Amino acid sequence: MLNKFPLWKNILVATVVALGLIYASPNLFPDDPALQISHENREVTDIDLGMATDALRAAGIEYFGDELTDLGGLIRFYSLDDQLRAKSTIEQNLEGDYIVALNLAPTTPGFLQAVGAGKMNLGLDLQGGVHFLMEVDMETAQRRRMENTMNSIRQELRNERIRSRNLSLENINLIEARFEDEESRSQARTLIRENFADLQVIAREQGGDYLLEMSLTAEDLDQMRQDTVTANQTSIRNRVDSLGVAEPVVQQQGPNRIVVELPGVQDTAQAKRILQRIATLQFHLEAEPGAPTTSYETYEYQGQRVNVDNTVILQGDRISNVRSALDQYGQPQVVINLDAQGGQQFNRVTRENIGNLMDILLIETRTRTVFEEDADGNVVERQETYEERRLISHAVIRAALGREFVITGLSQQEANDLSLLIRSGALAAPMYFIEERTVGPSLGAENIEQGSRAVMLGYLLVLSFMLYYYRLFGLAANIALVINVVLLVSIMSIISATLTLPGIFGIVLTIGMAVDANVLIFTRIREEIVSGLSPQNAISAGFDRAFSTIVDANLTTFLVAMVLFSVGTGPVKGFAVTLMVGIMTSMFSAIMVTRFIVNLMYGGRKVDKLSIGPFIKAAEAQG
Amino acid sequence: MALLKSDIDFMSARKRRITGTISAVMLVVAILSLAINRFEFGLDFTSGTLIEVGYPQSINPEDVRQQLISAGFEDAVVVAFGSDRDLLVRLPVEESADDLAAASAASSLGNEVLAALQEASDVPVEMRRSEYVGPKVGEELAEQGALALLVALGIVMLYVAVRFQYKFAVASVAALAHDVIVVLGIISLFHLTFDLTVLAALLAVIGYSLNDTIVVFDRARENFRTMRSTDSEFILNTTLNQVISRTFVTSLTTLLALFAMLVMGGESIRGFAVSLIVGVSVGTYTSLHISCNFLMYLKIDKEDLAVPIKEGEEVDSLP
Repeated sequence: MLNKFPLWKNILVATVVALGLIYASPNLFPDDPALQISHENREVTDIDLGMATDALRAAGIEYFGDELTDLGGLIRFYSLDDQLRAKSTIEQNLEGDYIVALNLAPTTPGFLQAVGAGKMNLGLDLQGGVHFLMEVDMETAQRRRMENTMNSIRQELRNERIRSRNLSLENINLIEARFEDEESRSQARTLIRENFADLQVIAREQGGDYLLEMSLTAEDLDQMRQDTVTANQTSIRNRVDSLGVAEPVVQQQGPNRIVVELPGVQDTAQAKRILQRIATLQFHLEAEPGAPTTSYETYEYQGQRVNVDNTVILQGDRISNVRSALDQYGQPQVVINLDAQGGQQFNRVTRENIGNLMDILLIETRTRTVFEEDADGNVVERQETYEERRLISHAVIRAALGREFVITGLSQQEANDLSLLIRSGALAAPMYFIEERTVGPSLGAENIEQGSRAVMLGYLLVLSFMLYYYRLFGLAANIALVINVVLLVSIMSIISATLTLPGIFGIVLTIGMAVDANVLIFTRIREEIVSGLSPQNAISAGFDRAFSTIVDANLTTFLVAMVLFSVGTGPVKGFAVTLMVGIMTSMFSAIMVTRFIVNLMYGGRKVDKLSIGPFIKAAEAQG
Repeated sequence: MALLKSDIDFMSARKRRITGTISAVMLVVAILSLAINRFEFGLDFTSGTLIEVGYPQSINPEDVRQQLISAGFEDAVVVAFGSDRDLLVRLPVEESADDLAAASAASSLGNEVLAALQEASDVPVEMRRSEYVGPKVGEELAEQGALALLVALGIVMLYVAVRFQYKFAVASVAALAHDVIVVLGIISLFHLTFDLTVLAALLAVIGYSLNDTIVVFDRARENFRTMRSTDSEFILNTTLNQVISRTFVTSLTTLLALFAMLVMGGESIRGFAVSLIVGVSVGTYTSLHISCNFLMYLKIDKEDLAVPIKEGEEVDSLP
């Protein structure tokens, strides 16, 4: 028994450790606080950047590394304070539609970026910011949709002169229609089948009345809910962009909730005002040439100037569904459905305007910072809300349009974008804040400091104990323990996991638990020596026999961590992630890396005595 | 080294009576405390608003409470947090906050409190942290938490039953339940706030304590199969003597790390660290004294762990 690894195992250990070092290293380069300057509708140039830096110099704010990137101008600062002061300075000095966003610019060297190495994300509890959980009011959304459908049915029945006794919304997914005789019912049924393909229709009799019960299938309901959430998510994302936040998170959680995380944001009141606003849509006709200038407004659309008549021919709330699809020739198009009233209204207007142009405006309420002088002549910041109106479609009316019409002549991308825009403008349901957590920047910094001090003290204590108790073997375990953290950090970085404060404590906990595998192995080695095996054989037997115990013990803990991950939210999830990753890396490091080092120390030669701590007395005691 | 001197008698009837009594007392105290004190649930479960504010100098919570009362927040609870310059202000969720719109409006309470405090104070007041949990979310988090504990215990039981044997599964879950109840009892006895991080700690305790128990059982299984003796008590006692050194060393290193967390981690992590320290200590005791006792109660013997004869072929051959 020589205790040497085969070559492939040596190479494996060396490769994993080397990769771990490379992918963990970006975390050594802290980000620079930075500002990112972009413009609403054109590229940012050197001139813009020059204006910004001139303003900073005039205000005496130190900066460095100003450059143009794909995302616009980037200016770096030495402190977060400078960054905040610089933001308001630049906002005051750059006139026009500039967006100045707080950002953290990476300082990772190019060769690390080239291999795709990045940092762990910091959770909001470590970097400060606000976390919102918003719930989409699905009931309202669904009720609204069903009411629209019911009104449309009523309209259709009236048009076809089918007499119905009563039409009512029994619950949010059940429309009931009553008829006097079977014939009207069967006519109605045919009509509904033709025009409302998504409804499930059941016929039954009750108290001499002939009934039709109409509801959406579970699938259609799910689809409708998902569409609504997606629509809300899109409009939130649009609005978050206007807040100027670096790396915001907008994610669906569960069937009807949306998580919004805004790192660095402190003014939650303003953020909420902006998030809760719902965009609206308006349909207009193109102004006739020579119309008085007061009767239209001019918008820009794909580089051309468009005069849009002031009269609204259709409000966005008449839209019942939007989707992008392909027409029979495979060309992308956007399909819009209107409710009955909207359909009639739209039909009348479009019939009279075939060949004319129709425009769709998206109206969003936004907030901007304005600077003005107060009575004492000081410049003060004020938040001002304003409406932003944007022309999102400009197309020729080719025929009289009804309840369903399409917009064509778009690329696939444009069709998708347009349907998303219309959705967010027309389909979004009301949203409510059901959870809100804000962490101030000072607390975040404090958390990082306390966390890293706890990690370091924990390490110091555990490493000293292991060295004292297991001597040379303790040293091997300690090296493995250090490598364990390198691997843990590198895996967290590779999967872009988010490090939270409980996550840091998960690391502390795994330090304590990671040595467990080594303790098991070393105890076993001692036992084998006591029972009379030679040192080399004892090493081998110790590692082999402890293996199944280690796997069992770690697997069960891993299962518990998975449960924690699946039910936890935010910070707790972070804890579960570090625990899971920690279990995996600690098994590798404790078994493979420790063995590798022990083999280096003892492998391939004759050994009389192992430096594995004072146990001879125990051997005597047992012997 | 005393830790390795392996001649301790764990399993004699007298010892088992003593440890059984200790556990019974711990459980009774824990359950009484749970019944009388209950929990001080954190915001995650109670719902409501919490805001942590920092003052540049030491401040009396009572003064701040008066400021808040005069500003119209009669329900506000103000307590010192960590240092005498940091305060926690808590506001319960209002009764009317059942519907979404009202609950949503209540989320701005934190900002209003902060504004009121800044108004009333001559010195700058810093917002360190502000949390709002709506009533629905609080309820759900509590449900999910309870569910998580049960699911974790269930999965563990299943795993141990498959990997070992059902008697081991019952014994390990009994040991885990024992630990969880004791930790819960301590949380309730010392009025620690029970929030999501404490729940996470509780699950980590399950993971840790299980780890310990599995190590014992793993060795017990090996011994039941290899030792000649048929005396279960003797086999289990030998097992415990074999693993005790490892159990102590691992618990010690884990406690060292947790101790670092308690000392350095600051106020907000205290409940988490304390729950884990208690859990790891109790878990160590349990794995040495309780889990094997349970095995004895379940009348474990060699038969239970005989290497199973593969029945697969037989089953396959059936039509």
